[in-house]
Order: sequence, then structure tokens, then C-alpha cells
Amino acid sequence: MQALLGLSRLIDAMNHVIGKLATWLVLAAVLISAGNAIMRKAFNLSSNAYLEVQWYLFAAVFMLSAAYVFLLNAHVRIDFISSRLSKRTNAIIDAVGIVVFAIPLCVILIDLSWPFFMRAYISGEVSENAGGLIRWPVIFTIPLGFALLALQAVSELIKRLAFLTGHRDEPFSFMNEKTPEDELAEEMAAKEAAATEKALQARLAQGSKL
Amino acid sequence: MIEIITSNFVPLMFCGLIFFLLTGIPVAFGLAATGLLFGFIGIELNLFPTNLFGALPLRVFGIMKNDTLLAIPFFTFMGIILERSGMAEDLLETVGQVFGPLRGGLAVAVILVGALMAATTGVVAAAVISMGLISLPIMLRYGYNRTIATGTITASGTLAQAIPPSLVLIVLADQLGRSVGDMYAGALVPGLLLVGLYILFIVVVAFVKPKWVPPLPAEARIYREKTGASGHMSLLVLLVICAVVGIAWGQIHESVMNPWLGREMPAPGDEIFIMSMTVASFLALGLAGVNSLLKIGLLSRLAERVTFVLIPPLVLIFLVLGTIFLGVATPTEGGAMGALGALLMATGRRQLSMKLLKQALDSTTKLATFVMFILIGSTVFSFTFNAADGHIWVEHLFNGLPGGQIGFLIVVNLLVFVLGMFIDFFEIAFIVVPMLAPVADKMGIDLVWFGVILAMNLQTSFLTPPFGFALFYLRSVAAKDDYTDRITGKPIKAVTTAQIYKGSIAFVILQLIMVAAIVIKPDLVMGSLAKGPKINAEDALQQMRDAGQDAMQQRRDDAAPGADDPMKALMDALKDDKKDDKK
Repeated sequence: MQALLGLSRLIDAMNHVIGKLATWLVLAAVLISAGNAIMRKAFNLSSNAYLEVQWYLFAAVFMLSAAYVFLLNAHVRIDFISSRLSKRTNAIIDAVGIVVFAIPLCVILIDLSWPFFMRAYISGEVSENAGGLIRWPVIFTIPLGFALLALQAVSELIKRLAFLTGHRDEPFSFMNEKTPEDELAEEMAAKEAAATEKALQARLAQGSKL
Repeated sequence: MIEIITSNFVPLMFCGLIFFLLTGIPVAFGLAATGLLFGFIGIELNLFPTNLFGALPLRVFGIMKNDTLLAIPFFTFMGIILERSGMAEDLLETVGQVFGPLRGGLAVAVILVGALMAATTGVVAAAVISMGLISLPIMLRYGYNRTIATGTITASGTLAQAIPPSLVLIVLADQLGRSVGDMYAGALVPGLLLVGLYILFIVVVAFVKPKWVPPLPAEARIYREKTGASGHMSLLVLLVICAVVGIAWGQIHESVMNPWLGREMPAPGDEIFIMSMTVASFLALGLAGVNSLLKIGLLSRLAERVTFVLIPPLVLIFLVLGTIFLGVATPTEGGAMGALGALLMATGRRQLSMKLLKQALDSTTKLATFVMFILIGSTVFSFTFNAADGHIWVEHLFNGLPGGQIGFLIVVNLLVFVLGMFIDFFEIAFIVVPMLAPVADKMGIDLVWFGVILAMNLQTSFLTPPFGFALFYLRSVAAKDDYTDRITGKPIKAVTTAQIYKGSIAFVILQLIMVAAIVIKPDLVMGSLAKGPKINAEDALQQMRDAGQDAMQQRRDDAAPGADDPMKALMDALKDDKKDDKK
């Protein structure tokens, strides 16, 4: 089990790094899209390459970070029944789901998309739009993304099993992580408190002057 | 056994889907799993060809290529940056000061700020949290009825769902195969009418039960002149000047804009409205800027402050919605421009840090990825569902309904309303809507109209127990224990969960009234899509006020077949592209 947990940590670390890097592609897509829109209107300059690179980037974002999002347990679930079940039952359901569904899904999609990628790679297929980009890099993100997702599924499976056999305290790596809404609420509450403090002091100072 | 499976394939598949989703495995996997499992059962039973899933990679590639969905990360990123930039806090404080001295004024301020936030961020959480932290304590301090106070806050927060640029409208546009621009244009009038309905409700309360919505006492006013005046007069004068200039612009809009855009068609009403607003706001900014720089003291502190706080969101609204409605930018580009604008604004307010940027990118990636994977999952599901002629089965279900279009819409709305209590709007949009859309289309229901009805209805899912997210957000920030008010020093009771739930009821009813209004009066949606010949800003304003049904009908009848309208041609071309993609 320890060796398996080691493997799980390795996979987690890898997908964490890849996911974090992928998030920056969002910023790149924003800047390119806004820049392209401005250039097109202001100087009538635009090219299909700029338009296509935006969706290349976004495709890379969601394909490559799917595993990272799985690691963070952020793929939405319909949990109004499962939240009433015990942690153990949920871990069993998850483990079964991973073995029976998640891993086969990834394998099937890798199997189907690999020839698709190879064809594009060998033929050097280029976008049908003038000035468009070469196709294989974006197609490659499909098998790559599902391979990363499959690896993450293995890692998650190890974690659920380790939890069920008593080798881990928690079935998830990021079970109790605060939601962005919690963080926002906390941050704002802190700001509010600081402002109140300031206002109170100002009031006191004014009072003493009078 | 095999006989039973073959003859009941689609219902069994449905049951399978519901079962897998209820187990609590990620929705994306549950959807894909159902599709694959039943696909392979069908292949074994010789119901489907063996290469059923052969085209799957191409479909995934089609999802990647989809320019519409690219708007999701852009608008999400923009919303997250804005919710941290402190804009909401400033707006609440200032607008609260403007309307506070009136009965029900604080509630009206909350509604208006909710609408402004909705038109910029499109994020429900942000609006509810900031209002719960800033406005709720003030309302409680001065004796607001708790049900009214909490209801106003949660309901105003959910406006983000119905008013463009909301994510729901993007997703629905994609699923219904309509352009996002049309969806935005169609949702604008109903969204504004809903805001009007909320305000009307508060006004009625202010007359019937004045004690529930008391005005702010004089000592609670922050901005006062040296003379002791509140500064409202000066604000009013500024408003009148700007309104006059805005309306004047509305008159000359076409003669200025058409040569610039190289357009010969008359300008559409929403474009004139937004441009007039923009001109008026820049004028206000200019006047306030001059006043502040030269310290002439022509404007009151209140007027100056209101101008400075209101302008950034209004500029953003122009940057995003204005450019989309003008046809200068696609919705995706509008989203990117908005995101860039939000970054600049946050930098200007010295709120942008590396930490915030990373956080925003991280949250955006998470949301966009899970949405795209639900879409991939539902694509796998639809492969099997369509191969089994599932859409015909769904059609048969609705065939027995009495009442034609209206009967169908009533049933669909009830279904969506009930589902909305339990599941997220993303799941509804990706699982339920694709099944209903072909049926609706066949019945001759315009899909933009259908989409706006659904978006309006999906708002209620944030307010209905047991899983209304807006209620959760407010619960997380409202006082859980009794506390002593920091200004008056009086003890104030904790806000109970029951009060929050009770507060939402009246507003859920208002939202349903709006849904019914759109069902009965399709012109509320379709009126904005028809490009009529003569529209000026006054008409546009009037249209916002009374939804000018008759006038709009007239305009629709007069409307030339927009063959030479470049915007429409572009939209049509986009639609055709989309159809090709779907093949």
C-alpha cells in the first residue's frame, strides 16, 4: 500500500503542476482575444491564426486541467443523496465509479482519438481557414488530457482504497478546502471589520475635538 | 428479458442516468458512463452499429472549436476579478446614501446595485455576499422587516442569472443553437422589467406597511454639505443635464454612427439606448472631474461621489454589452474586453495582486473545466440517446399534452422549476435542455424566446429551498448570533435561517410572474430582436418602461426583412456555421 500511495502522490504532484500551468493559458487567451478585437477594429488588422489560437488555448486549458480539477474534487456532483451517506459509503461508490466508469471512459477515448491525432500529424493537416494553424497540437490534447485523467483516476482510486483499508484518514486530498465563496466572504468580512474600526476611530477623534 | 430491454431501451437509459447521477459520482462521468454502458448493451443486442462511438473524437474536437463556449472562461474571469475589486462595496454605500432617506430606499438601492452587478459581473455569489455584509446590517440597524431585507438581498443577487452577460444565457445559446448576441438582446428587456417589478414591490410595501421599510435617519447620512444640505438637489441637476444630453444623442445617433459603421440600416433600439447612456455617463464623469480638479464646488459631495462610483461599472457595461449589441465585438470578444477592463479597473483601485490573479485564474479554470466536461459527458450520452431515437420518445411524451405551445411551456417550466430545487443550472442546461429543444422547435416555439423563459425560470433555482445557493451565501455572511450594533449600541437579534427562506418566497413569486409574462407576451423577448426602422432613445426608454407592446408590434410588422443588415447576416452566417459543426 505504501508503494501505491507513493505512486498516488507522484501523480498528484504532476497533475498539480500541469493544472497550475494550464490556468495561465486562460490569461493568455483573454489577452490575445481582447488584443485581437482591438487591433481588428482600430487598425483593421486580424488573422485567423489569432482567432484560432484562442480556442487552442482554451482547449488546452480544459483538457489538461481535467485531471487537476479531479484532484481538487471540483468536478460537480449531484450530492443531495450522497451527502447524507457515510464517508465510507461514498468512498466505496467513488471507487466503483472510478473502476467501472472513469477509467474505461478514458481508455476508450484515448483509443479512439489516437488514430485521429496520428492522421492529422502524418498528413500535417492545416486549418481550412486562410492563415490558420496546424491541427495536430490541439488534437493531441485529447489523448493527452484523457491519459492524465486516467492517471489521476488511478491515484484517486488508490486514495479511496487506502482510506477504506485504514491507510489514510481522508478519502480525498482536498476534501475540506474552502470554496471560493467562503474565501470571498472571509476577505470581505475582514475588510468590513477594518473599515468599521477606522470609522469608529475617526468618530472618536472627531468627538474628542468637539 | 432481451425483449424487455429492447422495447424499453430509452426509458431504461433514463433510469440508468438518474441512478448514476444520484450516486454522487461526478456528473461528467455519470453522463458518459450511462452513454457508454447503454451504447455497449445496444451494440451487443444488435440495436446499434458496432462503430457507434467512432465519431466521438470528432465531436470532442467540435466542442473545442466552439467559439461560443470560449466566452465562459472570459466572463467568469471578469466576474471573479470584479467581485474582489471592491466595486460592490462602493456602489452599495453610495447608492444607499442616495436612496436611503426615502421609505424603502435602502431596499431599492440593493436592487439597483444588484442589477448593476448583474450587468457587469454575472456572478451570483459576489452580489449576495457583499450585500449581506454591507447592506443587511444597516437595514437591521434602522428596523427593516427581516423578511423583506433578506429577500431583497438574495433576489437582487440572482439577477445576475437573467441579465446579460450571464453564463446561463451563453450555455443556453449554445445548447439551443442560437447566437449569444440574440440571446442577450432577448433577455435584456425581461431582465430590466424584473428589476422594475422588484422595485414596484418595494414601493407597494413602503405604502402599505411603512414600518417594514423605514427611511435612513438624518444622522446616518455620510455625505453632507457644509451648509447642512444633503446634496440631492445638485445630484438631481446633474442627472437632468445628463439625461437631456443623452436624449439629444439619441436623436442624432443614427446620423453620427451610421457613417462610422458604414451602415445603411436604421440603428436598433438597444444600441441607441446603450450609446445614449454611455454619452450621458461620460458627460457626468467629465463634469465631476472638472469640479473635483478645479474645486469649484458646483457639485455636491454626494453628486461627485455618485458619479465617480457609478462610472467604472457603466463603462464596463458599455465595453461588454455595448460592443456586443453594436455588433463591434462578438460575445466572446466582449467577454475578453470585459476581462481586460476588469483587470485594469482592479489595478486602478490597487486591488490587483499576484495572489488575486492566481486565485481568479484557478477558479476560472475549475469552473470552465467542469462545465466543459459535463458537456463532453453529455455528448457521449447523446450518442447513445440519439441512436436509440430518444428524441422521438421524448416527443411522444409531450404529444399527449393538451394546450399546444402553452401546454408544453407550462409543463417544461414546472419541470425546470422542480429540477432547479435539486440540481444546478449547468446540469439542467446540458442534460434537460437538449432533449426539450427539438420538441420546442417542432412546435414552432422560437428558441431564443424559449431560452429566455428558461433563463428566467432557472433564477428561481437559486432561491428555492432546499438547495438555493443564494440562500446559502446569505446564510454564510448574515449574523448567526445576537450582536450589539456598532453605531447605535442597541442589541440586534441574529438572522435565522427561516427568515432567509421566508424572505425569498415573495421574490420567487415575482420571478414566476415574470416567467408567465414572457410566456404570454413573447414580444417582450422578440421585440428586441426585430430591427425596426425608426427608433429613438425616447422610444427605447419608453420600451423599457411599459414594454410598449403595441408600438413594438407595430415595429415588428414594419420591420424590413433584414437582408441588408450586416449584423443579421453575420448572425445568420454564424448560425449556419454552427449547424455545420453539429453535423
